[in-house]
Amino acid sequence: MIRYDAAVVGGGMIGSAIAYGLARRGLATVMLDEGDVAFRAARGNFGLVWVQGKGADAPAYAHWTRRSSDLWPALDAELAEATGVATGYARCGGVEICLSQDEFDTLAAELERLRVATNGEFSYAMHDRASLGQYVPGLGAGVVGGSYSVLDGHVNPLALLRALHAGFLARGGIYRPGSRVSRISHQQPGFEIAGDGETVAAERVVLAAGLGNRALAPFVGLVAPVFPLRGEILVTEKLAPFLEVATLNLRQTVEGGCLIGASHDEAGFDDRSTGAAMAAIARRAVTAFPALADVQIVRSWGALRVMTRDDLPIYAQSPRCPGAFVACGHSGVTLAAAHATLLADWIADGTLPGEVAAFGAERFDVRDAS
Amino acid sequence: MTAAYDIAVIGAGPAGMAAAATADGLGLATVLIDEQAAPGGQIYRNIEGAPLADRAVLGADYEAGAALAAALRGSGVDYLDTTTVWRVTPENEIGVTRAGAARLISAKHIVIATGALERPMPLPGWTLPGVMTAGAAQVMLKSAAAVAPGAVFAGCGPLLYLIVGQYLRAGAPIAALIDTTPRTNIWRAAPLLPRALAAGNYLAKGLAMMRDIRRAGVRVIRGVDGLAALGEGHLRAVGYSRGGRRATIETEHLFLHQGIVANVNLAMAAGCAHHWDARQLGWRPACDGWGRSSVDGVSIAGDGAGIGGAQVAELDGRLAALDAACRLGRIEVAERDRRAAPLHAARRRDLRIRPFLEALYRPADDQRVPLADDVIVCRCEDVTAGDIRAALALGCPGPNQLKAFTRCGMGPCQGRLCGPTVTELIAAERGVPVADVGYYRLRPPVKPVTLGELAGTAPSSDAPGGA
Amino acid sequence: MFETRRSPGPTVRIAFDGAPLDVAPGQSVAAALLTAGVGATRRTPDSGASRGPYCMIGVCFDCLVVIDGQANRQACMVTVRDGMRVESQAGAPDIAP
Repeated sequence: MIRYDAAVVGGGMIGSAIAYGLARRGLATVMLDEGDVAFRAARGNFGLVWVQGKGADAPAYAHWTRRSSDLWPALDAELAEATGVATGYARCGGVEICLSQDEFDTLAAELERLRVATNGEFSYAMHDRASLGQYVPGLGAGVVGGSYSVLDGHVNPLALLRALHAGFLARGGIYRPGSRVSRISHQQPGFEIAGDGETVAAERVVLAAGLGNRALAPFVGLVAPVFPLRGEILVTEKLAPFLEVATLNLRQTVEGGCLIGASHDEAGFDDRSTGAAMAAIARRAVTAFPALADVQIVRSWGALRVMTRDDLPIYAQSPRCPGAFVACGHSGVTLAAAHATLLADWIADGTLPGEVAAFGAERFDVRDAS
Repeated sequence: MTAAYDIAVIGAGPAGMAAAATADGLGLATVLIDEQAAPGGQIYRNIEGAPLADRAVLGADYEAGAALAAALRGSGVDYLDTTTVWRVTPENEIGVTRAGAARLISAKHIVIATGALERPMPLPGWTLPGVMTAGAAQVMLKSAAAVAPGAVFAGCGPLLYLIVGQYLRAGAPIAALIDTTPRTNIWRAAPLLPRALAAGNYLAKGLAMMRDIRRAGVRVIRGVDGLAALGEGHLRAVGYSRGGRRATIETEHLFLHQGIVANVNLAMAAGCAHHWDARQLGWRPACDGWGRSSVDGVSIAGDGAGIGGAQVAELDGRLAALDAACRLGRIEVAERDRRAAPLHAARRRDLRIRPFLEALYRPADDQRVPLADDVIVCRCEDVTAGDIRAALALGCPGPNQLKAFTRCGMGPCQGRLCGPTVTELIAAERGVPVADVGYYRLRPPVKPVTLGELAGTAPSSDAPGGA
Repeated sequence: MFETRRSPGPTVRIAFDGAPLDVAPGQSVAAALLTAGVGATRRTPDSGASRGPYCMIGVCFDCLVVIDGQANRQACMVTVRDGMRVESQAGAPDIAP
C-alpha cells in the first residue's frame, strides 16, 4: 500500500482546493472521490465570490471571507498559468436587489452591522432603484432598490473545479474517482482510508466530503453536524452581454447564459427540481428584470448545500487523532482561495491557528452530531 | 390552474394516438398533448394533409396512420395540439406551454409516447448547413413536399432505404447512397433470420426496397472509410476513402442516418429508470409488459420504450391504455387480460424481426464514436471528441462530471444529439462496459420554457385560494 | 437546393432578413426557408460557425432564428404565417432593453 503524505476525502470545491494546495506544497497527495452520480454540491454552485452579507454577526467569518476574496485574483492567475483553464473570474462588483421596503431595510441594517464588525473594512452603498440602475440595466418597477459592493465578484464554478483538478494533477496529485470512502482507521501514526475497491494509507487525512462528513467525522473523533439545504438554479439560453456586475440571484456568465436562483428548502436528500421553486425564482427574476420575460430557460439545476445551523464552515483538527482534519461548508467558491492557500498550508504544517478557531468543532453540542 | 384527467397521453404518434383513442373508448377522461399542429408524430407526420401532389410517393405504410388519426378525431379525447410538455412532476402533473402561457395539467395516469430520434452520426463537418438527417429529408417530403435533387444519402438502416425509395418514386435524382453497414454484420444477423421470417412481411418489404434501389441504378457505395462533409459555411461535397483512395462527390445536401434510439429526455427527467440496451445501442426505460415504468402512474409506449416500429407502437399504446383503465378500476384484471391477449400476441410477432434488423444494421463502431479528435460531439456547445478525451484524462468518471468540465450536454438539446456518442466514447476510453458509464442527469424543463411562462405557474399570493 | 413537388396553391408572404418570400402555407419556417434556398440560418455564439436546420423535428436546436422579434425560436417548430418577420441570428441575441 502506497503511503501518501495526505489523503483528501472528497473531490468537490473544498476537497479539490485543499488537495491542490497540498500538492502545491509538495505533499504526495491522493484525492478520493465518489462516482459520476453523487450529490456533489460542487456541481450546483451559483459562482459568486461574495463578501457582502457574510458574517454580519460573526466577525471571524467576515474576516475570513474577505481574506479569501482578496486572495482570489492570485489563485486565478496561478490556475490559469498552471492549467490553461480560464475560470472567468471577475471582481466586477456585486448587487443585491430588493423587491420590497422590508427587504431593503433588513439588508441595509445587516450590511451596516457588517461594516461595523469589520471596522469599516467592508464598504458598500445602498441605492434606490434609479441609482442602482447605474450598475444594473433595465430594473423593473417592482424593484425598490438594493446594495452595491465593489468587493464582490463571480466565477464559473465548474471551470474552477476543473482548474483545481487539473492543477492538482499537474502538481503530481493522484485522483481516485469511484472511491466512495466508508471507513477511516487511525493507525497511530497515520491513517488507513477504505474506499470502494481500494484502501490507501496517509500521514494526514482531510475529510472534505461535504454532507458525507457527518458519517465520516466520528472515525477520527470529530463531529460534523451538517445538513442538506436544497438550492435550485435556472439557466437561460445564451444572450449577448448585458450585465457586468453580479447580483445575488442573477448573474450572466462569460458564455452569455444567465444563472438565476435562489431557493432554500430543507428537503432532506432530495435534490430534484421542484415546480414551486422554479416558479418562484422565475417570478422574482421577471420582477427584477422585465426584459427577461421572453428569455428561455434551457435547463435547471438543484443541489444540496452543506449547511451548519450557524451558517459557518467547519475547520477542525482532531485532538484524538493528530493529522486528521475536517473541512466543509457552503461557501466553497468564495473560500476556494483561502482553502487552496492558507488552509492547505496549515494542514500541511499540522495545526489550525486561532484565526479559524471560531469554525472548530468545539462549538457544537454533542447532541448536534446525532 | 390544473385540470384533472384520468389519463394524459404525451405525444401524438402511433402509440399516443392509439393509447388516447383506446382510453377514451374505455370511458377514461383523456387528454392527448402534442407539440405539433397536427397528429402523426414523426412516422405519420402530416398524415391529415401531406401536400405532395402524389401521396403514393410516401408508400403504403404511411397511409396506415390515417386510420389512427381518424379514430382520434372521432373520439372524445381532449386533443391539445401545438402544446409543448416541459415537465412531469412526481405528483403526476404535466407542465405545458401553449401560445406563450404555461400551466399544469394533472392526470391520474400518464402515458409518455414521445417516440424516438435518430442516433447521432458524428463525422467531420456534420454541423455544416446542408447536412441533415434522413428523418429531416422525410419531414421536408411530408410537410413541404420538397426534395433535394442530387443529394447524397449516407449511413445504414431501413429508414435510410425508405427515404431513398421515396425519393425514387418522387423522381428526384440521387447522387449516391453511401452504405456504411459493416460487411460482417450479415454473419451476426444470419442466425437470427429464421425467427425474423415469422415476423410478417417486414422482410419482404425490406427486400423490395433494396430491389427498387438496385433497379433504379442508384449509385451505391460500400466499404468506405473517413466519411466527411466538406465545405466552408455550407456543404459542397462529401468525401470518403475506398480501397485506399480518396474520393469526393459534389453535393449541397447530405442526409445521414444510422438507426434510431428512444427519445428518453422526458421519461428520464420524470425519474423513470433506464438501462443501456446493447443490441439497440441506446438507452431505454425499464418497463414491464404493459409499459409501466419504474415511476408509479407513468407508462411509456412506443419507440420511446425501445425501438419496435410503428405497428408495435400502436399495440403498445393500446396495451398501456388497457392497463391504465385497469389500474384506475375502470375494468377488471380478467377483462384487461382478455382484451390484451391478441394485442400481446401481435406484438410478440411483430417484434421477432427486431434482433435480425438490429444485428444486420448495427452501425460501425467508428461511426458511433468518432476516431478523429476534431469531430464535434456536442453540437450545441461545440465540444469535440478531443475536448472530451482531454477531460477524461483528468479522471472524469462519467457523463455528468464530463458535462461539468467541458459543457458537453449543457446546451438546449440536453444531450439528445450527443448523449449516445458520449456514453460510448467514455466507455471506449475508460475500457468499461457502456452500461456502467451512465447517462446525463436530466431535469426539467425538457423543452425550453420562458421565464415569463414559468413565473406564470407560481400561485398568486393575492388571489383567494391561490387559484 | 430543395425543389417542390407540391400541387400549386395559395401562398403566404413572410420576410427573411428583410427580403419578402412567398411560401406555401402550413409548413414550418425551416421548411419554407430551405425550399427558398436558404441554407444557413444562424451563426453560433461561441465559434461564429454557420448552422442551419439539421433534424427538422425540434430536437437539435440548430435552426434557431428570430421570429417577430423573439429570438432563439426553433424554425422547424413554428408554422409560417402571413406577415411573419424572420431573421437569422448572428451569435447570442440581445434582450430587449
